[in-house]
Amino acid sequence: MPTVSITVNGHTVSADVDARTLLVQFLRENLRLTGTHVGCDTSQCGACVVHIDGKAVKSCTTLAVQCDGSVVTTIEGLAHNGQLHPMQEAFREHHGLQCGFCTPGMIMSAVDIVNRKGVPDEHTIREELEGNICRCTGYHNIVKAVEAGAKAMVA
Amino acid sequence: MSATGIGASVRRKEDQRFITGKGQYTDDINREGQTHAYFLRSPHAHANIKSIDTKAASHMPGVVAIFTGADTTAVGGLICGWMIHSKDGSPMKSGPHPVLAQGKVRYVGDHVAVVIAETLAQAKDAAEAIKVDYDVLPAVVVAAKAQDKGAALVHAEVPNNRVYDWHIGDKAATEAAFKAAKHVTKLDITNNRLVPNPMEPRAAIGDYDSGTDIQTLYTTSQNPHVARLVLSAFIGIAPEHKLRVIAPDVGGGFGAKIFIYAEETVCVWAAKKINRPVKWTADRTEEFLAIAHGRDHQTHAEMAVDGDGKITGLRVKTVANMGAYLSTFASSVPTYLYATLLSGQYNIPNIYAEVDAVFTNTAPVDAYRGAGRPEAAFVIERLVEVTARQLGMDPAAFRKKNFINKFPHQTPVIMMYDAGDFKASLNKAMEMADVKGFGKRKRDSARKGKLRGLGYSAYIEACGIAPSQAVGSLGAGVGLWESAEVRVNPVGTVEVLTGSHSHGQGHETTFAQLVSHRLGIPIDNVSIVHGDTDKVQFGMGTYGSRSGAVGMSAISKALDKVEAKAKKVAAHVLEAAEADIDFKDGKFTVKGTDKSVDFGTVALNAYIAHKFNPQELEPGLKEGSFYDPTNFTFPAGCHICEVEIDPETGVTTIAKWTAVDDFGNVINPMIVEGQVHGGVAQGIGQAMLEGTVYDKDGQLLTASYMDYTMPRADDLPSIQVGMTVTECPSNPLGIKGCGEAGAIAAPPAVINAITDAIGTEAITMPASPQVVWAAIQKQMKSAKAAE
Repeated sequence: MPTVSITVNGHTVSADVDARTLLVQFLRENLRLTGTHVGCDTSQCGACVVHIDGKAVKSCTTLAVQCDGSVVTTIEGLAHNGQLHPMQEAFREHHGLQCGFCTPGMIMSAVDIVNRKGVPDEHTIREELEGNICRCTGYHNIVKAVEAGAKAMVA
Repeated sequence: MSATGIGASVRRKEDQRFITGKGQYTDDINREGQTHAYFLRSPHAHANIKSIDTKAASHMPGVVAIFTGADTTAVGGLICGWMIHSKDGSPMKSGPHPVLAQGKVRYVGDHVAVVIAETLAQAKDAAEAIKVDYDVLPAVVVAAKAQDKGAALVHAEVPNNRVYDWHIGDKAATEAAFKAAKHVTKLDITNNRLVPNPMEPRAAIGDYDSGTDIQTLYTTSQNPHVARLVLSAFIGIAPEHKLRVIAPDVGGGFGAKIFIYAEETVCVWAAKKINRPVKWTADRTEEFLAIAHGRDHQTHAEMAVDGDGKITGLRVKTVANMGAYLSTFASSVPTYLYATLLSGQYNIPNIYAEVDAVFTNTAPVDAYRGAGRPEAAFVIERLVEVTARQLGMDPAAFRKKNFINKFPHQTPVIMMYDAGDFKASLNKAMEMADVKGFGKRKRDSARKGKLRGLGYSAYIEACGIAPSQAVGSLGAGVGLWESAEVRVNPVGTVEVLTGSHSHGQGHETTFAQLVSHRLGIPIDNVSIVHGDTDKVQFGMGTYGSRSGAVGMSAISKALDKVEAKAKKVAAHVLEAAEADIDFKDGKFTVKGTDKSVDFGTVALNAYIAHKFNPQELEPGLKEGSFYDPTNFTFPAGCHICEVEIDPETGVTTIAKWTAVDDFGNVINPMIVEGQVHGGVAQGIGQAMLEGTVYDKDGQLLTASYMDYTMPRADDLPSIQVGMTVTECPSNPLGIKGCGEAGAIAAPPAVINAITDAIGTEAITMPASPQVVWAAIQKQMKSAKAAE
């Protein structure tokens, strides 16, 4: 069994894993970080999005061994010292979630969009969210939340 | 209005855990010593199982147990809880619905065996080693062909694959209306099959405590008490006091998580059998194959109109696809949830509808957001629109001319509409949508070589499911009341235990708003408990937009009792007569004095029993209620869709969406608007994107998100939401319900807009670019031929 060493939410963890272990399985089962979800298994829905070395990646199609030596941030690592990340705050303020299942991936993608694009307009947000599916909200309030979160992030 | 009371857009209390990754969905839970289940499913739509050889598989690494149908003969089959009778009075027909196939499989994805192993990977590996010898049979896939002579029989017990042929309304009077009609509109309609697709796939963990002989099922359910009732009373897993069902955070339901499925039943049964927890989580393709699908109607509908442009009759013939087995509420969907709404918002004196429900070799079909009502709204709103066009009348004016404007109104198909103002919502929607400016916008589009269309949908639905007497008389196996318990703690904080179940609706906030409003206490002093049969006394769960109208009414009734008892306690504390106590804004006051005591002090005193006479007053402050509604509720409204179409590609863009809904009183406008957004998105999905495709052999071609088009952010417009209010007279809060409205309203609005733009009615859902382009081409050809 290969050994991986990954820094997750600021803590470096090492483990022997089955070579076929996906990053999402490693996070959910080895580390019990269950905020990262699996919604589709085919890289379509984005419920599993985490940041690897600062970039949004779908953890359901990433092998844990590929992340050896990487820095991973999950939804659990976004808030600092009990202070919500501005994007988390924006999702609550603008009712950008209902059942909450897609929300962690949605927020991680949204942060990545802002990192890459600054404060995007509605059209850009909708296009950039193409890899994240939500069945509850119709995206209307998610779009508003991302815009507000973006403004708060760059402020 | 207080900042946290009724009518305030309070930010949701539940969000903290969801935005920080601390939600607890079923798959997030692990039990000590847990095993993993994997279901071996049928690759054939229809086949006899000649043999199953599990020998090699059972010796594979990590395998704990393998069960097939031969092991589960003692487990009762899955049930359908609503009895429908055919025209001749005979009860509906169905075959057994075993949890694991008994010698025959009836759809791709049917459950053949379950492998339980130490890890999921080991269970999957072992499943591959199971040898099943199938004798493949011809399959029947399309509902319209299911009753054909020589069609394959899905169940030997059901001749012609016909579950029932049911009807409603006055046939003779309707025929007479058509004979006398000045104009008759005819439409053939396919209401496309959809896969509900809550983002959280179904999951279950069965657990067994041999010390207490108690079985526990963690499951992704919208109604854990109903699941326990069915698993106990009908499937025979365990008596209810030995069976606990927990539905923790549930990631969306949309109807599909109402039903009691084979997988969860097997998990809870097998856990006792092997004396270890058994966990199963569906992957997305399993969900496509085996979750209950929605819609799938084939309908011919006709509308009769007199010389004054008044609708005089409606006749409808529908074939509804039930799939291979009758799911939990399947039989009610194309009957009492569908044909009873065919009057729409209109005064139609004569209606007759016939529905044939048929078995096919496809996944079971049951309630999906709206359940029957979207199908009804599509029939009536398409007919009304097309009729207006054929008569050369403005579609809005034709609607107004035929609107019901006196309430209560008894339709010819059971429903008694109790309140509404259909003209008000239509007018408001027209104003918000700037219908007046449409002509200019259409000309602007034309200059760019684009087609522009406007479509109305004036929908009505029946929610607040349901008055038990009424549904009982129509065949429902259970009453559809709701229960609630309000526990006031000595420090004045409150726990509400509700039989409703939140899987996105925000009950932890809206229900707390009601309590905050009524008792005058901070919303943070209220917690809502749901989803656990050990905690909540009973409940019927959440579906059919019932939690506000029925669930909250139960809480309201319990609060009445709490208030009444608290007044008695306050009378003791204030040394006054009970009749002299007023309660307002969280304060008990002696009438005409400044003597008062706050709610918290009264709560504490309710538990200091030695202060009052036990002969007069029991200690404690906790009350419960079972609330049974007196009527359905009738949310209604008008949505207007405006589209722009590129005739070169068929690509349709929704330029503007206006929704005006009358939901009665609204507790939290932010949450209600969110429900409208989500419903509209699912309705647009049905109209333009989502299609479930089986090939002729019954293979599901759309079994992942790479093949089934889920609406994404860039497919959808911003949604403009407005409201009108007529209070619902049949429940104490005046609430009608809002969960399904968007999904009901949207499909006809989209198709009316597209057909308005392209000038032909011949279009099917989903109206993908290909479908729209082909319709435009066909229209152009026939126009050319006519020249």
